[in-house]
Amino acid sequence: MSASELTSRKKTDLQIELGELKSEKHSVKKDLNLMLVCKLLLPVLLWGIFWVAHLFIADRQILTGGKYFNWLMITLLGLYLIFLVISYFISNIRSGLVHKVPLISAVLMILLIWELTTLKLNLLPLPYFPPPAKVFAALAIDWQTLWISVLYSLRLLGIGYLIGLLVGLPCGTLMGWYAGFNYWLNPVLRFIGPIPATAWIPVAMAVFPTSFAASIFLIALASWFPITVMTWSGIANVNKAFYEVARTLGGGEYYLITRVAVPAALPSIFVGLFMGMGTAFVTLVVGELLGVKAGLGWYIQWAQGWAEYAKVYAALFVMAVIFSGLITLLFRIRDKVLVWQRGLIKW
Amino acid sequence: MVTAENALPQAGAIVFEQVRKIFVDPEGREVEALSSVNLAIRPGEFVSLVGPSGCGKSTLLRLVAGLETASEGLIRLDDEVIAGPHYLRGLVFQDPTLFPWLTVRRNIAAGLAARGVAKQQWDEVDEYIELVGLSGFGDSFPHQLSGGMAQRAALARALVNHPKVLLLDEPLGALDAFTRMQLQDEILRIWQDRGTTEIFVTHDIDEAIYLSDRIIVMTPRPGKIQEIIEVPIGRPRSRNHPDFFRLRSRILEVLNFAKELSLSYYL
Repeated sequence: MSASELTSRKKTDLQIELGELKSEKHSVKKDLNLMLVCKLLLPVLLWGIFWVAHLFIADRQILTGGKYFNWLMITLLGLYLIFLVISYFISNIRSGLVHKVPLISAVLMILLIWELTTLKLNLLPLPYFPPPAKVFAALAIDWQTLWISVLYSLRLLGIGYLIGLLVGLPCGTLMGWYAGFNYWLNPVLRFIGPIPATAWIPVAMAVFPTSFAASIFLIALASWFPITVMTWSGIANVNKAFYEVARTLGGGEYYLITRVAVPAALPSIFVGLFMGMGTAFVTLVVGELLGVKAGLGWYIQWAQGWAEYAKVYAALFVMAVIFSGLITLLFRIRDKVLVWQRGLIKW
Repeated sequence: MVTAENALPQAGAIVFEQVRKIFVDPEGREVEALSSVNLAIRPGEFVSLVGPSGCGKSTLLRLVAGLETASEGLIRLDDEVIAGPHYLRGLVFQDPTLFPWLTVRRNIAAGLAARGVAKQQWDEVDEYIELVGLSGFGDSFPHQLSGGMAQRAALARALVNHPKVLLLDEPLGALDAFTRMQLQDEILRIWQDRGTTEIFVTHDIDEAIYLSDRIIVMTPRPGKIQEIIEVPIGRPRSRNHPDFFRLRSRILEVLNFAKELSLSYYL
């Protein structure tokens, strides 16, 4: 065999190998595609199982207003199918959908288990554990009362939190900046701050003319404490070199506080805002459960009084949506305000 | 225009009269950081302070900046006694200390904002961005800049108020050799353009020779001026000029001599 023959032989070998590799790759891609399709169809399959169980296993509990839940399930399936079709054309939506498939499937599984243990097999005691269809019916039938309750709760929360913020920010700033303020406010903060605001309910009810005013005071108190503490510690920990630079640039005290101390402390202040919102939620609901005659907390209390647990769960669901929505909103605001931190710290 | 300002005659004479600075350490003992410093810096002069750490060169700079007050004696800028910081005495640290929450443009404008200059009169800021070679980075945030770029921004921020005196506290100490030489040239160019009096603190003797009209060699414990050395090399300077080496060995000799002195003192 001559040298040239040898090289040409080698070449063809190489080509064959390459070809095999290519075809292998191709089949792997095909497998992947098949996997992807299976994954995307999993929620549809689970939905089908749910629907079969829903229709063909006899109810062992009495259910009224089941049609709302049927419509919900059909709507959800429809929405999923629409997304599926869109994702065939737009790869961004496809990857998003693939990412969400396990979560959607888990929710369907939970619904299935919930349906089976309540309506179909009657394993969980009534009235404490109503079936999903009943909870959704409560949501669909009583939505007006729920909506009004939401507005009342938001009003209390909004006013209370705003007062806590408007008092907490200056308190924290002054404590961080002036030793004199710190001397007098620090003991107050340390002594009174850790008491849960809800413990003040008896006092607040006695001091304030209405339960509304009392609740606002309690929510303001609850959010004031963490906002003040985090603002104070944020300002007290600002790099002193920033002040020196600002002073050599001609900055006076007002500039140093508002343009150096506060912006530098904002990451810490936002931690306080998040914590304050959490304590405000707790105080709001406890206040409404105990005294206020409106709002989601009141609604839960009232529904429990009538043993209408479907309404209790419906109100809890609404509460989850509202509260997580507010937290998300605060996250968005933080992302806007602290845009300079992007890439500097892990979010 | 930035350069139009240079045509104006600009004073900036600094006089130290018997300046002494005493710190009290955490155990309550008094430490003499500077002992009877007498020095006159001419308007528009470029002066370097060199010496081992603890010789009080940074303290001297902070006294001029007004961030510290002298325990005894006084410092004058154009016959006015320095008391507290002023925007006519700009300062650049080794760490750029840019405000991380402001863009480069807003950082450079900080001097104007601090003095309460209305935003409508901030046109100059873009010229400063160009002056220090940061065109195109005005909207970047400090953490997106390299060390050298951040220091350029800090320089522009200190210059935006048209200071009579620019105080530089080891501004290039944290940079790599290349960036360092580049920025030395930039600092020189801007200084020659604007005629600002500059006091430059450094550990690097070559840097001091390359940049300064005069080099103040200081010795520690207590910090005092050991010797003032004129740099007779014409500008633009070559780093290979024979006088360069002569001066370097001279300065090293001064510093070594000081060491021997203190050694014999303790023996």
